[in-house]
Amino acid sequence: MSGNLALQQGGAPFLEVRDLTVRFTTSRGEVRALAGIGFSLQPGETLGLVGESGCGKTVTAMAILRLLPLPAAHVAGEVRFLGEDLLSCPIERLSHIRGNRIAMVFQEPMTALNPVFTIGEQVAEVLRLHRGLTDAAALEEAAASLSRVGLAEARQRLRQYPHQLSGGQRQRVLMAMALACRPDLLIADEPTTALDVTVQAQILALLRSLKADLGLAMLFITHNLGIVAQTADRVAVMYAGLIVEQAPTGELFAGPGHPYTRGLLASVPRLDFHRPPGAPLEAIKGHLPEQPPPGCLYQDRCPEARGQCLTPPPWVQVAPEHLVRCWNYG
Amino acid sequence: MAELLKTQDLCRHFRLQGFWGQGPLLKAVDGVSFALFPGETLGLVGESGCGKSTLARLVLGLLAPTSGRVWFGGADLTSLPRRGLKAMRRQFQIIFQDPYSSLNPRMTVRQILEEPFLIHNLGTRRERRTWVADLLAEVGLAPEHLGRYPHEFSGGQRQRLGIARALALRPRLMVADEPVSSLDVSIQAQILNLLVRLHEHHGLTYLFISHDLSVISQICSRVAVMYLGRLVEMAPREVLARQRLHPYTEALLAAVPQPDPRQPFRPPALRGEPPSPVQIPSGCPFHPRCPEAEFPRCRDQVPAYREAAPEYWVACHFR
Repeated sequence: MSGNLALQQGGAPFLEVRDLTVRFTTSRGEVRALAGIGFSLQPGETLGLVGESGCGKTVTAMAILRLLPLPAAHVAGEVRFLGEDLLSCPIERLSHIRGNRIAMVFQEPMTALNPVFTIGEQVAEVLRLHRGLTDAAALEEAAASLSRVGLAEARQRLRQYPHQLSGGQRQRVLMAMALACRPDLLIADEPTTALDVTVQAQILALLRSLKADLGLAMLFITHNLGIVAQTADRVAVMYAGLIVEQAPTGELFAGPGHPYTRGLLASVPRLDFHRPPGAPLEAIKGHLPEQPPPGCLYQDRCPEARGQCLTPPPWVQVAPEHLVRCWNYG
Repeated sequence: MAELLKTQDLCRHFRLQGFWGQGPLLKAVDGVSFALFPGETLGLVGESGCGKSTLARLVLGLLAPTSGRVWFGGADLTSLPRRGLKAMRRQFQIIFQDPYSSLNPRMTVRQILEEPFLIHNLGTRRERRTWVADLLAEVGLAPEHLGRYPHEFSGGQRQRLGIARALALRPRLMVADEPVSSLDVSIQAQILNLLVRLHEHHGLTYLFISHDLSVISQICSRVAVMYLGRLVEMAPREVLARQRLHPYTEALLAAVPQPDPRQPFRPPALRGEPPSPVQIPSGCPFHPRCPEAEFPRCRDQVPAYREAAPEYWVACHFR
């Protein structure tokens, strides 16, 4: 990790995504999933990618790691990891980076593990492949990796199968697999969405301590604004395949710039029993358009829309690190 | 005030199928007593598998209890004959969690909304048409939607349909089982607003089931917390706001990450995960995870579910 930090001084950013576009060819024609998004990530930083279903969060993660199905997916743009473009590098080179330097944790802890292999075999496999460890050494390291993610009785777990574990334990196993090779970047796609709140809280606490201990950078994908507020250093808000706002977390929540971000924040019910019940929430009207309109994608639902919004809004820098894609500031 | 709904010591146990015949006994609901008063919104919160949905089906007479009783408006549902129960059902309806599987894909919106009237033999053809149109308007859908099929709608619109159908017979009690859990936040807010509006317009009584305490705190006047088939706490929201609560409720509250980075997130000091309802721990069912558990008391003695203060019910040795 420290080596990479040194490399970082050379000028190449840690992770930089530029104009990433994804289109899918389907039986009903072409669908645009990502309309050219860009962001960057510093070493050790957590970027929260937040948005509602269908906005392109997961497609972004999959595109970065070239996991989208070919030839249905057409991916364009650049994904530079320490200067190297992951979208154009040879697949052997990518295989070396993927799982080793960049790891991913998926949403569904129930389906992401192979039901016919033991936990130990699955965690050890990563270590054998990427670090060339012998079977015995890999198992030994797997046990260490499992106990690092707080799985009780890690050694006994090695011989268990996924169905013998609870949802929270499975998610810990997935994290152990992802972190076994000590990656520099973890992509976490809704890692706690399938879990109960108390278990979710345990996993969030674990992610937080791992980040501090390992100096891990994270791309944290979630629809939950509470989780973003509590885990991310910076936030990118997505809507209909575009990032519409980027800001440091504190700034975004204190002064959301884009009308969509404001609408989202106003839509979230607050946990507060002091107020009387039933106060109306300021809901966003309508729903995600099936056909993206020309210009600003949010115009149909936006309370502040005007004629200008028929042309695509530019990025406007409203504060040093705060970018908003809206004509309000144009 | 007379209660609209009351349960006493309600239990529902399921005998699981084992490999060699009979399997273990799953106590989905185990001795639940509560009352619901006209016009109130009672939130029922708990984690997956705690028995929330089974309890909902018991109070609606959709599932027969193993033991215990349910009264609706003074009548004992558990001893009512089939026909009497059907007539009674006009007064209580349910909104389901999944707007995708709870609407028949082969029926048009008109047919879906007309069906409750047909089942109960209400109105003429023309009257039913008017009622269906009114219902549609009431939940914020347009007349041109009448001829469409469920797949043509978004999740939020489907949930509006589910609500319209539940509303058709003008019930007194509405059981909402995770009505907004599968919706995006922006749509969730629209549906919550709609539910609040209907509550005010029709003087409805809600039993509102959710795993999400923020959603519960948005609309409920009273909250019941369920753990492993039992109620562990029930209190009006004012009490929840100021009082020291059952350790499980406190953990649930602390586990919610707030959408405000200035509010520090202190995850609760809970051990492990909810145990299986097949093997409910001895004594207080929460003792293996409880940060305050004292041995041997919490392990050996089941804490009584009692009214510790007026209107405040709790099952804990230390509250």
